Amino acid sequence: MTTEPILSGRGLIKRFGKVTALDSCDFDLMPGEILAVIGDNGAGKSVMIKTLSGALQPDGGQVYVEGKPVNFQSPIDAREAGIETVYQTLAMSPALSIADNMFMGREIRKPGLVGQWFRKLDRPAMETFAREKLSELGLLTIQNINQAVETLSGGQRQGVAVARAAAFGSKVIILDEPTAALGVKESRKVLELILDVRSRGIPIILISHNMPHVFEVADRIHIHRLGRRLCVVDPKDYTMSDAVAFMTGAKEPPSEAVPA
Amino acid sequence: MPTDRNADNYESVLTGASKDVASFEGEEKGFVGRLQEMLHATPSLVPLIVLVAAIIIFGIALGSKFFSPFALTLILQQVQIVGVLAAAQSLVILTAGIDLSVGALAVLSSVIMGQFTFRYGIPPAVSVMLGLTIGTAIGAISGWLVSRVKLPPFIVTLGMWQILLAANYLYSRNETIRSQDIETEAAFLQLLGVKFQAGGATFTLGVLLMVGLVAALAYALRSTAWGRHVYAVGDDPEAAELAGVNVHRTLMSVYMLVGFICALTGWVMIGRFGSVSPAVSTGMMGNIQSITAVVIGGISLFGGRGSIVGAFFGALIVGVFELGLRMAGANPQWTWLLIGALIIGAVSLDQWIRKVSQ
Repeated sequence: MTTEPILSGRGLIKRFGKVTALDSCDFDLMPGEILAVIGDNGAGKSVMIKTLSGALQPDGGQVYVEGKPVNFQSPIDAREAGIETVYQTLAMSPALSIADNMFMGREIRKPGLVGQWFRKLDRPAMETFAREKLSELGLLTIQNINQAVETLSGGQRQGVAVARAAAFGSKVIILDEPTAALGVKESRKVLELILDVRSRGIPIILISHNMPHVFEVADRIHIHRLGRRLCVVDPKDYTMSDAVAFMTGAKEPPSEAVPA
Repeated sequence: MPTDRNADNYESVLTGASKDVASFEGEEKGFVGRLQEMLHATPSLVPLIVLVAAIIIFGIALGSKFFSPFALTLILQQVQIVGVLAAAQSLVILTAGIDLSVGALAVLSSVIMGQFTFRYGIPPAVSVMLGLTIGTAIGAISGWLVSRVKLPPFIVTLGMWQILLAANYLYSRNETIRSQDIETEAAFLQLLGVKFQAGGATFTLGVLLMVGLVAALAYALRSTAWGRHVYAVGDDPEAAELAGVNVHRTLMSVYMLVGFICALTGWVMIGRFGSVSPAVSTGMMGNIQSITAVVIGGISLFGGRGSIVGAFFGALIVGVFELGLRMAGANPQWTWLLIGALIIGAVSLDQWIRKVSQ
């Protein structure tokens, strides 16, 4: 590939005491692709994702956005650079409404005096925007955008979290185990959402343990093992059992798939 | 083990399944379910209903003695101290904290306002400002201990309560400033006690301050980003942080505002009592009284749920019970028995309302 990666990491190192969670790990996300990240428990997937999303700061190595080196000190920094993360816990406030949650930390204020002096929120604008974004992702059947998030089902919550990321993530969307807690039907809906987001040109990093899902939607699969990138494979060339074998060390990765 | 990914076709049967996963409309739930949802959306409804019911019952039982502009506004005057403290307590409890030092801080602030004026000869208006500033600063210390040092709010404010109460006695040398002295030399300190009549009803500036404060806070909590952040932090601080809320700044602002409101309560107290005394019962009881009002008002002790208007209704309910039962000639212990039952009832109701999400 000749295009420049939109988000990449080189030689990332992260240690927790004596444990080396990231061992000079490399990472590349190309524009417009869905890159799945798979790996055994404890392989360091989550740590790598957290260094890319600003939740952790690496002890060594460098993260690049569109080729430019960046140093995220917090998830808010990464967000400002256009990288949105949907965490496994979803990071939503259950008692607040869908619209409140979508705009948490980036509320819109009313124009003019009311907004400036009384800091009044522009509820109608926020609600309209939230409704638009949910509809764009096919969550058309929302009756009440002011419904508390806790009254939604697991799949609906996931949908709102993905919609929030898709609405504001201008460059990259990171999804951490988006289908782990969901039923078959709800997982299907989230996978459709993921494909939908890609069709609008935003690349996605998908961390998942669910091989069928990974093989269905991913353009490339980053296999993580022992704190570093073992190889990147094309799901069309390999089977799920191959991937599991590489991931657990039961089989050597193909030499052509090992990154330089 | 499947060797081909197409062999794993368990989802193909889904094509026949219903597609309406993301439908947001609720199914029919019947009257009880709808009631539960309504209370979930408007948590201050319960205390309002209890308040109106209590006023009607006492009104019928006691007649015009109770149901008069004079008696009803007397309740407002009697609850003004607890009402303002409950507004402060509501803010802390919304962030899933608790503040045991509110009453002690109020008394200390009133002592500071009084002693600064009489001991150092500072103009009363400046003393009041200094009292409010010191109250805010003490709130900032509690906030910093909770937010940065990550101590449980219960522990921080339990310690702060004792410290402030002791400091209050030490600094005041256990002296009371008499009402007549304040009236002749520093009437400004009693400003919030100024009364005015409107058709049999008596209001004080302190009562207006309480109502205005509750209205302003209700607006800020509902309609500003800050208010939404307070709820989000109380709901789930980690989620709020990941979603982009500055949790530390939000907590600091809440504790500082609470310190400020407690100091304001100190000023209200001078207006209500006329004198400045380090030994008023608010120092010991203010925390429990305000927590009682907040809980009866339907604010969840687990944070993130409830409205400050509810806490105001909670304070009024206590006031109505106290005055109503006293007028009826009942033993005052009945008030506390009923309040106790109300507290347990309110918390049970809160648990039930929360189940709407399950």
